[in-house]
Amino acid sequence: MNEWETVIGLEIHAQLATASKIFSAASTQYGAEPNRHACVVDLGMPGVLPVLNRAAVNMAIRFGVAIGAEIGHESVFARKNYFYPDLPKGYQISQFEFPIVGRGQISISLDEQNRKQIGITRAHLEEDAGKSIHDQFPAQSGIDLNRAGTPLLEIVSEPDMRSAKEAVAYARKIHSLVRYLEICDGNMQEGSFRCDANVSVRRKGDEKLGTRAELKNINSFRFIERAINYEVERQIDLIEDGGSVVQETRLYDSERDETRSMRSKEEANDYRYFPDPDLLPVVVTAKDIERIRAALPELPEQKQQRYISEYGLSNDNAELLVANRDTALYFEAACNNSAAPVAQLANWILGDLAGALNKSGLEISDSPVSAEMLALLVERIADNTISGKIAKQVFEAMWQGEGDPDAIIEARGLKQITDSGAIELLIDEVIAANPEQVEQFRAGKDKVLGFFVGQIMKQSQGKANPGQVNAILREKLKH
Amino acid sequence: MARSITEIRDGLTQGKYSSVEITQDYLDRIEQHNPALNCFISVTPEIALQQAGEADRAIADGNIQALTGVPLAHKDLFCTDGVRTSCGSRILDNFVAPYDATVIENFKKAGAVMLGKTNMDEFAMGSSNENSYYGNVANPWDLNRVPGGSSGGSAAVIAAGLAPGSTGTDTGGSIRQPAALCGVTGIKPTYGRVSRYGMVAFASSLDQAGPFAQSAEDCALLLQTMAGFDRRDSTSAEESVPDFSADLNHPIEGLKIGLPKEYFGDGLDSQLAATIEAAITELRKLGAEFCDISLPNANLSIPVYYVIAMAECSSNLSRFDGVRFGHRCDNPRDLEDLYKRSRGEGFGDEVKRRIMIGTYALSAGYYDAYYLKAQQLRRMIKDDYQKAFTEVDLILGPTTPEVAFAIGAKTDDPVSMYLQDIYTISLNLAGLPGISLPVGFVDSMPVGMQLIGNYFDEARLLNTAHCYQQVSDWHLQRPQAFA
Amino acid sequence: MALKPGDLRNIAHLARLHIEDDSIDRYADDLSSILELVDQMNRVDSSGVKPLANPLDATQRLRDDEVTEIDEREKFQQLAPDVEQGLYRVPRVIE
Repeated sequence: MNEWETVIGLEIHAQLATASKIFSAASTQYGAEPNRHACVVDLGMPGVLPVLNRAAVNMAIRFGVAIGAEIGHESVFARKNYFYPDLPKGYQISQFEFPIVGRGQISISLDEQNRKQIGITRAHLEEDAGKSIHDQFPAQSGIDLNRAGTPLLEIVSEPDMRSAKEAVAYARKIHSLVRYLEICDGNMQEGSFRCDANVSVRRKGDEKLGTRAELKNINSFRFIERAINYEVERQIDLIEDGGSVVQETRLYDSERDETRSMRSKEEANDYRYFPDPDLLPVVVTAKDIERIRAALPELPEQKQQRYISEYGLSNDNAELLVANRDTALYFEAACNNSAAPVAQLANWILGDLAGALNKSGLEISDSPVSAEMLALLVERIADNTISGKIAKQVFEAMWQGEGDPDAIIEARGLKQITDSGAIELLIDEVIAANPEQVEQFRAGKDKVLGFFVGQIMKQSQGKANPGQVNAILREKLKH
Repeated sequence: MARSITEIRDGLTQGKYSSVEITQDYLDRIEQHNPALNCFISVTPEIALQQAGEADRAIADGNIQALTGVPLAHKDLFCTDGVRTSCGSRILDNFVAPYDATVIENFKKAGAVMLGKTNMDEFAMGSSNENSYYGNVANPWDLNRVPGGSSGGSAAVIAAGLAPGSTGTDTGGSIRQPAALCGVTGIKPTYGRVSRYGMVAFASSLDQAGPFAQSAEDCALLLQTMAGFDRRDSTSAEESVPDFSADLNHPIEGLKIGLPKEYFGDGLDSQLAATIEAAITELRKLGAEFCDISLPNANLSIPVYYVIAMAECSSNLSRFDGVRFGHRCDNPRDLEDLYKRSRGEGFGDEVKRRIMIGTYALSAGYYDAYYLKAQQLRRMIKDDYQKAFTEVDLILGPTTPEVAFAIGAKTDDPVSMYLQDIYTISLNLAGLPGISLPVGFVDSMPVGMQLIGNYFDEARLLNTAHCYQQVSDWHLQRPQAFA
Repeated sequence: MALKPGDLRNIAHLARLHIEDDSIDRYADDLSSILELVDQMNRVDSSGVKPLANPLDATQRLRDDEVTEIDEREKFQQLAPDVEQGLYRVPRVIE
């Protein structure tokens, strides 16, 4: 394996979050009954003409500005000609020679120390195709054209990735960015964010790229990794057995965890691109670009820096918080108007909350514990109402929907014991019951202290303030 | 019976007759003469009489629009909601358009009445109307000759008096050439002047709709309704539309008209040339000044045009695949069979030829040599015109190299058919407006003269043609059989 | 440039047109003579000339992002040769 190098480039199709389609005024809403959102333009009826949606253009520019790319001053729509039943006009309106977004780049982090720049070749606007449904009729396919004409931004990377992990990191980064920019909802299940991977292998040190296969139909980050790893192994085995890789399109089958050749798409890939005579060049002025740049939302890297400088968060925590826009929004909502220490809030969000969400398969936007409630909980730790340990119990109850932290603390009687008299009593009892351990401590065995703290906390059902317990205990044991 | 739109409008508003009466007259004439001429693919008497009835009520209410109650015929490539729109093709024989083209919508708003949909070369591809699935159209001046194409039906209905006005489309001469061959007036406006929305596309960067009528005066009325910016067509021009009728009588004294030497060369029939010369003399009497000009790249128009038109049509016609509308073959074995047989059965020979040439010209390895080259030459052709228009107001020449030819004379030789468009197609490449008007006869067949204007200068074309028609009566002459 | 029957078959396939076997030669001849006409273009040097796609050299107008289309599925699907459960049907597509 070691003498092989993997080369990966990704083509990401992000559906732009417009209300209407790129060239028609039909709705882009997902999930309607078949063909209810397909108007005359989407159906490719004779005589209809496309008119370009301003929002789609602006979203593409927003993306380009965010990755520091050149924006095409005059971009041109071209027709990509091929016959397929989910392509009503027999051509897809796309961009070819003159895309709206030119060369840019994005940085991904591989681990704590290593970052890598991934080149973005281009991003262009195009229309989505409809859907073919194969399981509804015995010998026929059904065609639903609701999706036809939904605006897509196709983001094409350079073949800069060298492992499936890098490819996933890049895909996640783009996913996060398009959501920050509010140009795509990122829903992979519904196909709003789709990935094709161009994968090839070569012997280490080779200059020339190997023959690539294009993997299609990868609809989750997990599958990106699996599909690529499967394909890399397949290609290496093939070459090592004396065969050679053919350039082709391969479909990833997540159920069998394998890729297989899509012969039907193979033959006629002479797309006969030419400028669409129904559309004119799209002119973007420097002023347009400036206006869009000025209106950009705070991007993940800027947020990360701000979290470090403004809140004093560690770089790692800041990066984890901004990786997902919803997490960052949650964090910011929690910080807002709260006296809770920010570092602790971050730990709770990235620790207990993330764990609970992960366990129940929920997104942070669907969290049963709101940002405000979590902030309140952390405040109660900070003001010594409860200990960190008790807080975990309270959190659990909040997760179960038992109400706000104060009500739970009250109802369950979880309030921390801070009355030093009460704590002294507890300590006295424990000391009296364990003379042997007292002797050991006095003989210099410091470790026994932990035993006493444990006993005292147990007696107090965890409510005794641990700081106070420690201080008073040490004092008493000395004498 | 009234033949001019201007006259009909006056008659209707003055109460000389009702729209229902005049519409019925035209429907009767259609019933009588259409079998010999085959001008119509669909006649729509119910719609016509219903619209005429509404027009009469509107007139009674004093609610008179530009064309209230005036019966018209439309080329069968304008989509008409609820009415078959066949484009002269078997593939759309069963296609009832689900919406109105902007042109049709505009005529409805203007109160016009639709008599029916006229015959045409399939998908507007042809210069003789012999490429229609519904059979050829006869030229009313000689039933053994072609009426020209592709808007042959629309030109013939005017010549035969089956409608006072009609619509056509012009991609390479499809309004001007049949207008010339049938002895009627037809104008192709500037590209972008009339919305293409709802016009079944042949070649998108060349297609433009325009009217046919007996005179420039009537064409002005029709064009007024057709023209205007349409947000549904990205290539529609945001230009204001002047009052074409108001400009008609402007004196043409001092008008500078250029005569391109390339338009009076070898290929032109000598008798036809003499007829044009006579018309030039008439215009000179009206005060127009003539000078010789040159359009050096004009001779490239035909190859450039055919590359661009065929490339665009090869893509435009891909939507006819037997899936969502139109002809589908019986019992397709598989998807490929469905496509190939539906299209193979649905399209005629000429359409197939053009789709294949266009497919070839765009395919890998040939794009630069054909399509890109053609686009470069297209700019050179346009530049020639722009240079000419710095020196002259209008350009004049013959519309066609010869008068209407016999049916069947050129069907075996596509290239000789293409050469019929030699004087008309460079305008489409440049996007300029042009008008053809009758200026005499050769062998008892009408001769058309073409005036070419600068961008959006249709008013001057109509004005000049109208002034000529004030001192001539060629446009008023009718074939004996349809007098 | 003269097209051979094989060339014609390839073009017809790309364009998804069924051409009867006994018409292949005729079409190949027709297309060849059209290409001959088209080859006249090569007589002129056009190097450096900017291609002209739209006669007016105009630029694209943009539409506001508003949904104004209504659902007319039933009307549209009356035009279709084969529709079931709101879906357009075609012979099974193999992927």
